[in-house]
Amino acid sequence: MKGYLPVDREQRTEMLADVGLDIDELFASVPQDLRLRQKDFSYLARAGLSEMEVRREVTGLADKNISINDYDCYLGAGIYDHFTPAAIGHLIQRQEFLTAYTPYQAEISQGTLQAIFEWQSYICRLTGMDVANSSMYDGASAAAESMLLAVRAKRKSDKVWISGGLNPEYLQTIKTYLHAAGLEVEIGKLNSEGKTSDMPTEKGYAAFLVQSPNFYGIVEDLEAFAQAAHEADALAAASCDPISLALLKRPGDLDFDIVTGEAQALGIAPSFGGPALGYMAVTQKLMRQIPGRLAGETVDSNGKTAYVLTIQAREQHIRREKATSNICTNQALLATAATIYLALNGRSGLRDVAEQSAAKAIYLRDKLVETGLFTPLYDSPYFREFALKPAADLDLTKLNRELLKQGIIGGLVLPENAWLLAVTEKKNKAQLDHLVEAVTAIAGGEVS
Amino acid sequence: MAEVKKDLLYAESHEWVQVEDNVATIGISDYAQDQLGDIVYAEAMEVDTEVEVEDALGSVESVKMASDIYSPVAGKIIAANTDLEDEPEQINDDPYGSWFVKIEMSDPADLDKLLSADAYEKFIEGE
Amino acid sequence: MYKDTKLIFEYTTKTKPNRLIAPLDVEKADLASFFGSDYREELPDIPDIDEVTVVRHYTNLSAKNYGVETGTYPLGSCTMKYNPKINEDMASLPGFAMTHPLQPEETVQGNLELLYLLEQNFCDIFGMDRFTFQPSAGAHGEQTGLLLIKAYHDDRGDDKRKVMIVPDSAHGTNPASAAMAGYEVREVSSDERGLVDIDALREVLGDDVAGLMLTNPNTLGLFERDIEQITKLVHDCGGLVYYDGANANAILMQTRPGDMGFDVVHLNVHKTFSTPHGGGGPGAGPVGCKEFLASYLPRPTVVKRDGHYTLDYDMPKSVGKVRAYTGSFGILVRAYAYVLSNGAEGLKEVSEGAVANARYILERVRSVYKAASDEPSMHEFVISGIPQKESCGCSTLDIAKRLIDYGFHPPTVYFPLIVPEAMMVEPTETESRADLDAFADALLQIAEEAKTNPELLHEAPHNAPISRPDEVRAAREPKLKA
Repeated sequence: MKGYLPVDREQRTEMLADVGLDIDELFASVPQDLRLRQKDFSYLARAGLSEMEVRREVTGLADKNISINDYDCYLGAGIYDHFTPAAIGHLIQRQEFLTAYTPYQAEISQGTLQAIFEWQSYICRLTGMDVANSSMYDGASAAAESMLLAVRAKRKSDKVWISGGLNPEYLQTIKTYLHAAGLEVEIGKLNSEGKTSDMPTEKGYAAFLVQSPNFYGIVEDLEAFAQAAHEADALAAASCDPISLALLKRPGDLDFDIVTGEAQALGIAPSFGGPALGYMAVTQKLMRQIPGRLAGETVDSNGKTAYVLTIQAREQHIRREKATSNICTNQALLATAATIYLALNGRSGLRDVAEQSAAKAIYLRDKLVETGLFTPLYDSPYFREFALKPAADLDLTKLNRELLKQGIIGGLVLPENAWLLAVTEKKNKAQLDHLVEAVTAIAGGEVS
Repeated sequence: MAEVKKDLLYAESHEWVQVEDNVATIGISDYAQDQLGDIVYAEAMEVDTEVEVEDALGSVESVKMASDIYSPVAGKIIAANTDLEDEPEQINDDPYGSWFVKIEMSDPADLDKLLSADAYEKFIEGE
Repeated sequence: MYKDTKLIFEYTTKTKPNRLIAPLDVEKADLASFFGSDYREELPDIPDIDEVTVVRHYTNLSAKNYGVETGTYPLGSCTMKYNPKINEDMASLPGFAMTHPLQPEETVQGNLELLYLLEQNFCDIFGMDRFTFQPSAGAHGEQTGLLLIKAYHDDRGDDKRKVMIVPDSAHGTNPASAAMAGYEVREVSSDERGLVDIDALREVLGDDVAGLMLTNPNTLGLFERDIEQITKLVHDCGGLVYYDGANANAILMQTRPGDMGFDVVHLNVHKTFSTPHGGGGPGAGPVGCKEFLASYLPRPTVVKRDGHYTLDYDMPKSVGKVRAYTGSFGILVRAYAYVLSNGAEGLKEVSEGAVANARYILERVRSVYKAASDEPSMHEFVISGIPQKESCGCSTLDIAKRLIDYGFHPPTVYFPLIVPEAMMVEPTETESRADLDAFADALLQIAEEAKTNPELLHEAPHNAPISRPDEVRAAREPKLKA
């Protein structure tokens, strides 16, 4: 058995005896009839495995998968295959970052606290907002909490309006969170160009929420959206991909009140969808409403710059049921990883990632449309992701099945019979051409 | 021992009330500010808000604690002290000189349920 | 050795990128025209820095942190046990780390099988029938578990159950999660023993009560001996009982919440199942339930059909989703490796070791520090620094800060709220006797210092990267970004 206990049973018995305790009395306060006597279980093995056996078993499970290292993958829909620089993994595997917990004792947590402060700063710079927190679980729950924030801040309303362009997983999460709080969620519908233009004009909503780029990859008109929200006396909220913010207008410059998003694209492995990295940023005015932890700058008793968790009074451990949220443990290590990603890339690198992703998506979509097998679902500018309508006799599910045999994981087949593909900087021209050729060969279109 | 100013009324939740005509001016007691520690933030509800007894009038935050200020009387807020937001430390330095809101009372009988200065002094001795 | 570090934004060592990605090999697109008015001319406002500087910066930052591998980290209620390295290797296998959540199921059977097996193992360990892995932290799990309870009552048409009962000793996330699930919180007080007061519980129960949230052992480290009576009382009034698994390390394979009468549980895998704490996450908070609640679980769940694993979305009564996709999969890989490493026997030794280590330290220090309860504690104990405060003017905070000078991470302080000047100590099972003795010795020595040289405590820590930070200034003049 691979155990991690430095003390074995014999030493334990002796140690306890030295202070007058009996090892057999350790669990005396557990009533006899509750003591677990079962020794064999349906799945839990009786004995533990050696490290070698654990490696073999668990690796065996990983080997049953096909990873996106082995196959060309064109899935996006919220989780993206961007390039992860090697230095990130090495730095966050340092035990001082990896194994520490909540930095309540600031004097021995300056590493975590400064890293979080830098993360907060990076997010503010990318979004153009004033205050960012230390992270949320993921983009979906961050979007949901942004709606709860709006309701708290506005005080008088019990409903929110959500664009029809939101990732369906986010929509479901928002509904679950808000229905629990007795709040209503109204959802719009994208127009024929794949954009949001049906914002309500009447008052009564705490917030309007838009995703940009939206689920279909389309870039939304953020300026008009924020205007419409404010005209209706609602807060303007956006869910924005951070890579896109290296290239597109920032919501903070367009008068948004709350911005959230999924930052997995910033150097975090896809890992079957989790752990992920939500972010949230708000205007100065909403600072005290923001959920989660905040790292702040101050000085120590010798005047040295120091970082601490601050404005904690709104958090669960103090406010309890009146807290801004119940969030305690968040995604701190991944926020640190994302911070390192941004440090390594810098403005030039991040812009390059965004430009290449955009250019390669445009290249692929043009090529696929040229085959005659597809038309764009929406004809509006898109970032890194696009949806295609297949020709009448083209079965997308069958297409994906055939592509899989050729080492390609095709795009997501949507309920409206469209194909949603994402392209990042990681794809090279040869891979993109290969997809076009494979599709053509399977479906019988024209290769150009 | 916390100072208890004599000519005021008090609630068990540590608010003080000064009454003039039909207007109640409300703040928090010396005992309260001492319990809170260094106050870092204070906020009062907006003017024109109607409140019932025990509704929140605002909140006050220190590094280790956050508390709502509960209304000792029912009525309408006719003034809110916005200075507190910029200089919350005033509340520590001068709790009886730092007011949160002024309320136009709807039922002066609410005052009868409050504690006199002596009764409040005994109350905090017991806490 | 600590090097002073600037902020990352203060470096501007270069103006060209680090050549992390290959050059563009398709036609360069005119993106300004393509995106029109949505295009941003200016580059992002973040500095270009060379890799050496970046790596040194974060390495030097890490040197200012204390981790579990630095030394004893007895943070009560957090279970700071050793994080096995094999778990890290397993989670970063490309076969797991490089899978996309929306891949065709036949390409991720390994992932689905792992989740399925982990679920079955957790069911065995905790006496539950089903688990969901969506919640990403303990608090998230609490929220999810309470949503299950809510869905159950709603489904029965019982809409007057608006109250959730929470002990006065509960962790703050309990009432906060209850509020997020739409419940009104009603507290039940603890008795002189530090356990739930049964008479007080009877008073607060009624047909407006949806349920009771409890952790067992509780936040004082005490086992609720009357737990069967407690769960029965709640069930008799029509409510359900929720188990906060934060303290599960004390009871692994000794007893199970499912046998105690709990209907829903959440686990903190970053506590009990050794996944790393990360400076504040990522963790995961799987939620388990009895069969009668299974139809309300977040969708999808993992099921096995004809030897094949699949995600079941056909759950009409589901509470919906609490996050995207199936959960923090990478964290669950680590938890699974830990379960395999231990087996039933190993887990039983974990809890025995955890309780033994805590009891040992308590016995060594209780003559000097006041124990919060006379009841026998389990994997953690609470002591009060009140004797030191009253005799020498040294607070629990001072004692905690002085422990840093001795090379230890302080225990949890000022929690639970029902104990003044509280210190909550949880050594975990992965401490050696020498480590335990060193920690106990330090506590005793500090108590002596409090008498003879209190200034040493008031000014502590003396040997840390910073001295005590001005928290009042940080809160009054918040500076939250560079």
